[in-house]
Amino acid sequence: MTAGSVPTTQQAAPGRSASARRTSVKIGSSAVLLVVAVLFCIPLLWVVLASINPSANLSVEWPAQVSTQNYRAVLNEETTYRPIWNSLLLCGGGTILTIVCAALAAYPLSRYASRAKRPFLLTIIFAAGLPITAIMIPVYAMFVQVNLIDSMLGAIAFLAASSLPYAIFMMKNFMDGVPRELEESAWTEGAGVLRALWSIVLPLMRPGTAVVTMLTFAKMWGDFFVPFMLLLSPDKLPASVSLFTFSSQYGQVQYGQLAAFSILYTMPVVLLYLVLGRRLRDGFVAQGGVKG
Amino acid sequence: MATVTETVEKKHDSRPRLNPPKRRPGRAIPTLPALVLLGVFLAGPVIYSVYLAFTNRALRGEGSSETSFVGLENFRTAFDNPEFWNSVTLTLIFTVLSGVIGQNVLGMALALLLRRSATWVNVLTSTVVVGAWIVPEVVAGYLWYTFLSDGGSLNNLLGFLNLPSQDWLIASPIVAVSFANVWRGTAFAMLTYSAALSQVDPALDESAQIDGAGVIRRFRSITLPLLRPSIMTCLMLTTLQTLSVFGLIYIMTGGGPGTDSQTLPLYMYEQAFSFGQLGYGTAVALLLLAIGGVAALAYLKVLPEEDKR
Repeated sequence: MTAGSVPTTQQAAPGRSASARRTSVKIGSSAVLLVVAVLFCIPLLWVVLASINPSANLSVEWPAQVSTQNYRAVLNEETTYRPIWNSLLLCGGGTILTIVCAALAAYPLSRYASRAKRPFLLTIIFAAGLPITAIMIPVYAMFVQVNLIDSMLGAIAFLAASSLPYAIFMMKNFMDGVPRELEESAWTEGAGVLRALWSIVLPLMRPGTAVVTMLTFAKMWGDFFVPFMLLLSPDKLPASVSLFTFSSQYGQVQYGQLAAFSILYTMPVVLLYLVLGRRLRDGFVAQGGVKG
Repeated sequence: MATVTETVEKKHDSRPRLNPPKRRPGRAIPTLPALVLLGVFLAGPVIYSVYLAFTNRALRGEGSSETSFVGLENFRTAFDNPEFWNSVTLTLIFTVLSGVIGQNVLGMALALLLRRSATWVNVLTSTVVVGAWIVPEVVAGYLWYTFLSDGGSLNNLLGFLNLPSQDWLIASPIVAVSFANVWRGTAFAMLTYSAALSQVDPALDESAQIDGAGVIRRFRSITLPLLRPSIMTCLMLTTLQTLSVFGLIYIMTGGGPGTDSQTLPLYMYEQAFSFGQLGYGTAVALLLLAIGGVAALAYLKVLPEEDKR
């Protein structure tokens, strides 16, 4: 960046030293950030190297021989396919339920004025901060009473409910960005709320919906405590819980296989992030729209 | 019903406005599915927990076949129990160390540095930090377990530098889990502050620079006040998130050694499931909710009135 592109600083000091200072600030910040990036990478390095190392242990080390042995060992029905499938079912179902309910709920909040709106939004914001961990014991006790323990549907419904407040809040902020005038012609032609939402508003806020969907899915995918409490049968456990039981399955922990499975389990959210990641920032800008 | 707010809204826009279809009662119908889910699965358990905390409900033994009210007994037991207070202390240390200070200070520092650095460094660093954030909780737990273990990477690194090594998970478990939580949660603060900073007018900062204000002075007098609402919101959210961390600690240390990293969520889980005391565990959970509530109210109190919108 040259001094010419930032003319204001030229008044403070001769153009040359200002630009020189700018450059040194840039180099300094970049250097600090690179150190942070390396530090953040070290724990990640282990999982990558251990997964291709047939004699992996606890420490990061370059494998003496690179092999896919660990992957081949875990790529079977019981260890990988079923838990991943269960995770997809659980988080896919939960995400769809969340997004549908959130989009529907956000529409009146974004479009109509009502005295109930502000209290409702405040409640939603507080509920978004509710520490879910603290209600898992009453949820467990409640699920026992109504026979929902070890039910996939029960777990999906609870996961959806727990991510709804945040999803509604973000959906509403994105929806506020879609001009209301666009629906007015649809209203005159007699289109109902659902029609306007589906054919006009949602297509226009596709990036926003993508962000909310991604955040909801990634959070559910990584969630451990909820399925750990609500699901019991080994054939219903999602990858997060099966990874936890990994060590006991084999007696002695096979670190290489643990690492290989960790990578396979992490991959879907990484891919999702790579596809939608650029839009992630929009979500955080929208979040600032209504301050808690 | 909504006429007051509607007239206020119309002041901003004088053009005639068509009315949305299905007026009044019908228009709230789309919120129903969300309300049902929230009512049954979130409000339900919260209300149920208030009942459960005053009973002796248990998984086995007394209180399992027949549940009875025990009044404040569960709370009295908690307050008389040194293990409960140990958990409260550890929870506060963990939350302040990793959530309030660690994630927010590092997140803010990163957000500020990202604005001044080369583009490729910016992309690389934010990708790595966000990468740590999207890694599933259990995987993060194992990564940090192997990193800090006796034969783990950190000790190898320290040995390489001729520094003393130790089993960090045993020597200082609460610091170990705090580091892991900073690693995992900083992205949220970083993204929030980056978004907030991008909406600050750079001209303000530049004119202060012309007036001769240094970096620290500009940060304190310009950036910080402008970001205040975002900082409070972010502090509140990270505090509440950190208060409820369970999986990360459970996998790294299991609350141990002994009870040296047993924060309230782990204590609550142990009481409810290892000892089968659902009523007592719920009372502890309610106290955890109360701590979160007090923290949230404290942040809202600090937030200036005009920002509470």
